[in-house]
Amino acid sequence: MFRVVERETRVYLALWRGIAFTTFVQPALYLGAMGVGLGGLVKAHTGSVDGLTYLDFVAPGLLVATAVQLAASESMWPVLGGVKWMRQFHGVVATPIRPGELYAGFVLFTAIRAMFGSVAFLLIAALLGAVPSAWGLLAIPAAGLCSAAFGAPLAAYSIGLDSDVAFPMIMRLAILPLFLFSGTFFPISQLPHGLRGLAVFSPLWHGVELARAATTGHFGAAAVVAHLAVLVAVVGVSGAIGVRTFTKRLSS
Amino acid sequence: MPAGRWQLASSVVTAPMIEARALEKRFGSFVAVAGIDFSIQPGEAFGFLGPNGAGKTSTMRMIGCVSPRSGGELCVLGLDPVHDGPRIRSRIGVVPQEDNLDTELTVWDNLMIYGRYFDLPRAEIRERAAELLEFVQLGDRRNSKVDPLSGGMKRRLTIARSLINRPELLLLDEPTTGLDPQARHLLWDRLYQLKRNGVTLVLTTHYMDEAEQLCDRLVVMDNARIVAEGSPRQLIADNVTREVVEIRLAIDADPESEVARLKRYGDRVEALADRILLYTDDGDATAHSVQGEGFDAGSVLVRRASLEDVFLILTGRTLED
Repeated sequence: MFRVVERETRVYLALWRGIAFTTFVQPALYLGAMGVGLGGLVKAHTGSVDGLTYLDFVAPGLLVATAVQLAASESMWPVLGGVKWMRQFHGVVATPIRPGELYAGFVLFTAIRAMFGSVAFLLIAALLGAVPSAWGLLAIPAAGLCSAAFGAPLAAYSIGLDSDVAFPMIMRLAILPLFLFSGTFFPISQLPHGLRGLAVFSPLWHGVELARAATTGHFGAAAVVAHLAVLVAVVGVSGAIGVRTFTKRLSS
Repeated sequence: MPAGRWQLASSVVTAPMIEARALEKRFGSFVAVAGIDFSIQPGEAFGFLGPNGAGKTSTMRMIGCVSPRSGGELCVLGLDPVHDGPRIRSRIGVVPQEDNLDTELTVWDNLMIYGRYFDLPRAEIRERAAELLEFVQLGDRRNSKVDPLSGGMKRRLTIARSLINRPELLLLDEPTTGLDPQARHLLWDRLYQLKRNGVTLVLTTHYMDEAEQLCDRLVVMDNARIVAEGSPRQLIADNVTREVVEIRLAIDADPESEVARLKRYGDRVEALADRILLYTDDGDATAHSVQGEGFDAGSVLVRRASLEDVFLILTGRTLED
């Protein structure tokens, strides 16, 4: 499985120059616009958000949300590419590597890649003063776990497809709403009463809560454990499914 | 599956590399391989000859342990693919029908990463990769991306890749389909070399010249079954006359009536869309007597019988359907 991570790393290293720019510039732009720009407005009119400045509130939300968005798209098109368009997955399973290992390695790398991006994000956020607590470093593994919670089910699903028509729909109808409404830009207490309860079903909300607990240093042990448990469960269940779907598609 | 049974069969002579009994593959209700038997010895070049759709690729995928069998028994390198898939795969090389090279990596990296999938140490892979690129004559392209390579080069790279783990057994599925004659001959030459070095070769093909040139033994497959088995020479001797007289028909000629006319000149007659084939042991004599029937010399050809004829006689169809 780690050989698969090796392969992904090699490809990533070849492309890093192009990625580095967005990895560093994008968080700066977002945090600048939302955290500082919008945040100033919020402060003037609302004061604090859940006891935090808006910048402190939104930074961890954005950190995990951008990681997840990346993980989501990396777990759809490249997976279909691996099995149908460029077909390199077929080459891999002709070696001792089992389809389940290929899947696991792929999801693991997606999480690692997301964490690299999060490191950059955290750095920029810290420079802007948005990470008051030293626990903030834990936001990175939180982002990784949350990315796996998206990558695992999406890769498990994508391997069985024949075309990519579903992907833009998934991005628009699932990933985007989750991105906007999972306590990333505003607390879920701002949602209408009926919808608030739905946040529990968003893995992103759990990831954001963990990251925010880390960067602000405000956390209740029970809540943290609960969020972790949900994410681990999502990864575990979709992982089991993914091993089956990858095996079915690649060694039928 | 009881190991004892296999040992009994194989202790008599050298243990076969691959052994199959009543091997079956079904996809839902579609039967791709309908119960076939074969035995492949170490060091030989073995072929599965047949048209597209005969079940050759399904068979190769089962031998390569990437597709589970639906029935029967299969033993590769003395092991059962069901229990020892990864172990078998670590000792074989595969050249698939469709290239599946990693287009995001360079030629060199493709070999490096593939070697890593076998858990080989990097230094060793580097050594072997350099050797293999020389072997397939791609040494000067090691830093090239895969996409711009020609079809022949990609196939050579795939062959180099398939050898990175120094396999005892090499599986090639339609290795020269789509290649120009020069590329084909280069490939054949390299495969000969491998065979001389003791690698067991198993290939599928629908080209009779490839089967005749490369294979020590082969089976002819059609519609999910094996219809004949033997060395190329044996198959021809057992199923066809030594020579064939091919008579090109005029455009408006009716094959049926021509067949009726020509039947008495040969041991057997087959009608194709544009030609009549007269099977005989003495082509020249037959051609001579046929001339009396009013065919001009240009449309009469005498040649040796080939595996194509074997297939035609056994199944009534040509290999290139």
